[in-house]
Amino acid sequence: MVVALLSIAIGATILSGLVSIYYDVPRQMGAEFRNYGANVIFTASGDSFTVSDINDAAAIFDSGDIVGTAPFRYENVRINEKPIVAAGTDPEGVKKTSPYWRITGQWLEGSGELLVGANVADTFRLKEGDFIDVYYTPEGSQSADENGERVVVEDNIKSFTVVGILDTGGKEEDYVYMTLADIEELTQADKGRADIAELSVSLSADELADVVDKINAQVSTVHASLVKRVTASEATVLTKLQALVLLVTVVVLALTMICVATTMTAVVAERRKEIGLRKAIGASDTSIIKEFMGESMLLGLFGGILGSVLGFVFAQQVSINVFSSSISFRPLLVPVTVLISMAVTGLSSLMPIRSATYVDPALVLKGE
Amino acid sequence: MSLLELKNVYKIYGELHALDDVNLKVEKGEWVSIMGPSGSGKSTMMNIIGCMDKPTKGEVLLDGVDISKQSKKNLTAIRRDKIGLIFQQFHLVNYLTAVENVMLAQYYHSIPDEKEALEALERVGLADRAKHLPSQLSGGEQQRVCVARALINYPEIILADEPTGNLDEANEEIVVDLFNKLHQDGTTLIVVTHDPEVAEVAQRKIVLRSGKITKVEENRNFTGKIRFDD
Repeated sequence: MVVALLSIAIGATILSGLVSIYYDVPRQMGAEFRNYGANVIFTASGDSFTVSDINDAAAIFDSGDIVGTAPFRYENVRINEKPIVAAGTDPEGVKKTSPYWRITGQWLEGSGELLVGANVADTFRLKEGDFIDVYYTPEGSQSADENGERVVVEDNIKSFTVVGILDTGGKEEDYVYMTLADIEELTQADKGRADIAELSVSLSADELADVVDKINAQVSTVHASLVKRVTASEATVLTKLQALVLLVTVVVLALTMICVATTMTAVVAERRKEIGLRKAIGASDTSIIKEFMGESMLLGLFGGILGSVLGFVFAQQVSINVFSSSISFRPLLVPVTVLISMAVTGLSSLMPIRSATYVDPALVLKGE
Repeated sequence: MSLLELKNVYKIYGELHALDDVNLKVEKGEWVSIMGPSGSGKSTMMNIIGCMDKPTKGEVLLDGVDISKQSKKNLTAIRRDKIGLIFQQFHLVNYLTAVENVMLAQYYHSIPDEKEALEALERVGLADRAKHLPSQLSGGEQQRVCVARALINYPEIILADEPTGNLDEANEEIVVDLFNKLHQDGTTLIVVTHDPEVAEVAQRKIVLRSGKITKVEENRNFTGKIRFDD
């Protein structure tokens, strides 16, 4: 009986633990996936949009689901007379939407600081701590002189300190990054303008699609779209992972059933004489079935309770070790685990208990 | 009408006639002993009388009901209501105390009543051992618990299979005295035994050989007391 209790408790532990993980995997993996970049992009529906539009659209998400929002404004600038693309952004937002960016030096933090893409740094032999002037030619500042030959250029100039070199392996290495305030100061135009916004949102692909549709319907200035390569991969990985967890759970339950059935068969065999005696003194087959079923239900109950507690501990350990975050306790899982344990125990005890009814009461008279 | 009547009873296993045209009547309140060598058909006869087996042919009337024609379910009910069983190996449930073992028979019969079970143990002189487990009792004490369990539901008939087979002389005497008390209270007793001294105590001794009743002896000097040969 102790073996049966242990096998049920272990089965219930795995069941409760894996179901906890099954339901927590999307949340846990969602947080993991956010390390691979933004999964929603906002662009302007018309010619342009503003940071305020972006905030309005982002507000449609539950604030708890948004990991980070990073608006970008791109401008053509010059460094040492060479054209370069400069991007103004919110450094704190970028940190969250693009945690994979590798920076040599410091992150962009405030005014006068410049984060330089690795290719740009190579071209201009820039390194952390260098001072550099960035030139911007405002629209309409070029004009022909009286003879129609000379060009007068009135550039806006701003000095920056290179705080870090950006290495992403992508197009970002060809840009320089500064704060939105600095790019507005440099261009002295279009205050609040943004060209694109990247959002990292912790939701499943289906949930994201729903909210994106809602944004497109409600905010006329913003066109939201999913980064398909990220959301589709997430959905595929999650589906496979959940299927794997489900498969392991089913296999463990099947093994538990086999173990309980074997143990109950041994218990019935061990207690043949007692069963024979009970029948000899008047127990009907129904009484014998009720008694043994009652015992196995009790085993299922205690095994289920024990398994619920151990399952939470197991899921917690898995979560901490694999996902580095704790799992939330689901009270509903306790009665569900207990009921499933009782059902599994009852089901696997059916055959052994049925065999108990075949015990011949006369065997006790024969002294067998 | 006899309490028990076997009419032309056969029990045949292939070529073997375990019981071969057995006819027997046992009156209410009678004390009968059945003797015979191993394989003579004693156990088969006890199984049939105890509603645990059916004859191949013949009628077995218990309290007017032909138990050879009853279903398994009905036989269980008859066994529960009318028969008390005493075994050579006691067959007590080892994780239940003496009083709980007695109450087990009540449980299947009606409702467990600890007071009544304690009174039954008192009748067999074991009131002070009621809370002991079988492993804490001697062989004689275990057999007395078995007797208390057999009589707790006031059965019509008590079937005892080698009740003194595992007991020393002192305990054998105690058990036979208990049978005598039950007999005096009007209980019908059928005792299967190898022990001639136990067999001699009964009012009637029946000898079985190769499935047939070969001898029936009336005990004209019935006292209900065992006499040991020196």
